[in-house]
Amino acid sequence: MTRLPAQLWIGAVLSVVLLAAALISFLWTPYDVTALNIADKLKAPSADYLLGTDHFGRDLLSMLMEGGRISIAVAVLAVGIGMGLGVPLGLMAAANRGGWLDEVIMRGNDLIFAFPSLVIAILITATFGPSATNAIIAIGIFNIPVFARVARGGALTIWTREFIMAARVAGKGKARISVEHILPNIANLLIVQGTIQFSLGILAEAGLSYVGLGAQPPTPSWGRMLADAQTMIYSTPRLAIAPGLAIVIMVLGLNLMGDGLRDLLDPRIRRARE
Amino acid sequence: MLRYLITRALSLGASLIVASLVIFAMIEVIPGDPASFMLGLNASPDTVAALRDDLGLNGSVSTRYVNWIGGLLVGDFGTSYTYRVPVSELVLERLHVSLPLALFALILSTLIALPVGLIAAARRGQMTDYTIMGATQMGIAVPNFWFAMLLVLVFAVQLRWFSAGGFPGWDAGIGPALKALTLPAIALALPQASILARVMRSSLLDVLHQDYMRTARAKGLSVAQATRRHALRNAMIPVLTIIGLQFSFLLAGAIIIENVFFLPGLGRLIFQAITQRDLVVVESVVMLLVFAVILVTFLVDVAYAVVDPRLRRRA
Repeated sequence: MTRLPAQLWIGAVLSVVLLAAALISFLWTPYDVTALNIADKLKAPSADYLLGTDHFGRDLLSMLMEGGRISIAVAVLAVGIGMGLGVPLGLMAAANRGGWLDEVIMRGNDLIFAFPSLVIAILITATFGPSATNAIIAIGIFNIPVFARVARGGALTIWTREFIMAARVAGKGKARISVEHILPNIANLLIVQGTIQFSLGILAEAGLSYVGLGAQPPTPSWGRMLADAQTMIYSTPRLAIAPGLAIVIMVLGLNLMGDGLRDLLDPRIRRARE
Repeated sequence: MLRYLITRALSLGASLIVASLVIFAMIEVIPGDPASFMLGLNASPDTVAALRDDLGLNGSVSTRYVNWIGGLLVGDFGTSYTYRVPVSELVLERLHVSLPLALFALILSTLIALPVGLIAAARRGQMTDYTIMGATQMGIAVPNFWFAMLLVLVFAVQLRWFSAGGFPGWDAGIGPALKALTLPAIALALPQASILARVMRSSLLDVLHQDYMRTARAKGLSVAQATRRHALRNAMIPVLTIIGLQFSFLLAGAIIIENVFFLPGLGRLIFQAITQRDLVVVESVVMLLVFAVILVTFLVDVAYAVVDPRLRRRA
């Protein structure tokens, strides 16, 4: 058993802590985030309120815990969309390498890459109404070409291997080979890419919510909290710093985890990457 | 070479046509009538009808598409509904902010990233390398608009070196204008520089392992000489790709930063157009941005083919 890369450990700890906090918020938060308590507004951090309170007297820690739910859920589901549609497309393209299907899929990919993702995401959410669901769709669409490309690239190398030849000789069709033999062998790549897109999704959700196009009040999300804090950045910078740090820690954790996983799952890449 | 150029140009044209169809369709699928959509719920039927006429909505889908594209080709981007001026004027005016901002950020990011990546590669596996790599991980993880808020907090609110936002215009002189763009450019440059530094490092490390580097050393060049003469040039290829992509990203990607700093740039124009449902502006500006990205990609491809003849055959 090889030693786990240090960055995998650090990354996993960082992201799991925030993930756990978000999950715990379903069962328990220090305070109710929907209850306004003007008497306790803008309290500095204390034993009662570990991170202090906002201008409505809501507990910042509780808001961060609940806010994580939306941010994480949006990013995870957007990765789901990307994987769910992108991977089959990539597998199809690889199975028909050089054919018209491959060409169409890859050109379609290039085309989506050419669109300014943030602009389109803003367009989608503004058109169909700002909501977490539309944020998921908007971010998810841009995950599709990423996964398609990774799946195709990985699958192409697997298709040249002997055991695929054996499967073909055994009479299995392209689709069946793709699912039974190619997919398990590119799972590593997909997991690593999934971690990276997860972190990008957190950033994208934060950006959309920040301009008011993500989760709607009263649902807190990290990006929303930043937007709400902006007007008070002069008086109470703490309100802007806490959610920002949550985003940074989550993204950093996921990126470190992705890098660590890559090293762990494929030591051959290590030399090339470093 | 000519053949390569023609194939690439054809694929450029095809991409643009498909992109325009996608954008057109996107605006078409917006539920409901664009005119009443723009005017809101309380508009009278007469106003809606007048606007429909104004927008040329009464023609068939294909006529509208052809009119739009035909207009774009001769530089007519339509007329903004909210601003009541030609979109091309708006875009040109906004580019006076967005283009310098993007260039400023790109220059900053390149000036930081290349030396930093070089140092990390040269000190591979040492403390300096780990520190730099750790710092770039942080740089990638920080949302640029949050970093922008922190910059405002420190340099505008606490130190009062810069204003917290706004743009005096180039008429106010180059100094004040550049000063207004400094914090936004730094905020935009940080994540870009982090990515670029990592690309620079890994690209250099790849090159340093090549046989020709060993040959260069064997014929008596020092590490520094071999790196300068042989490694840097080859390592720049992926770096240039990323720089090209980052530039097109910076043009449109500044939306949120422009909002933080209240800069009248292209990003803010689109954002406002989207929220004000000024679909003519949205449609044409998005097309323009897509065109910019596709064009930059095309130019980068062609530049490679000029530099590296092997790439021509792959097309």
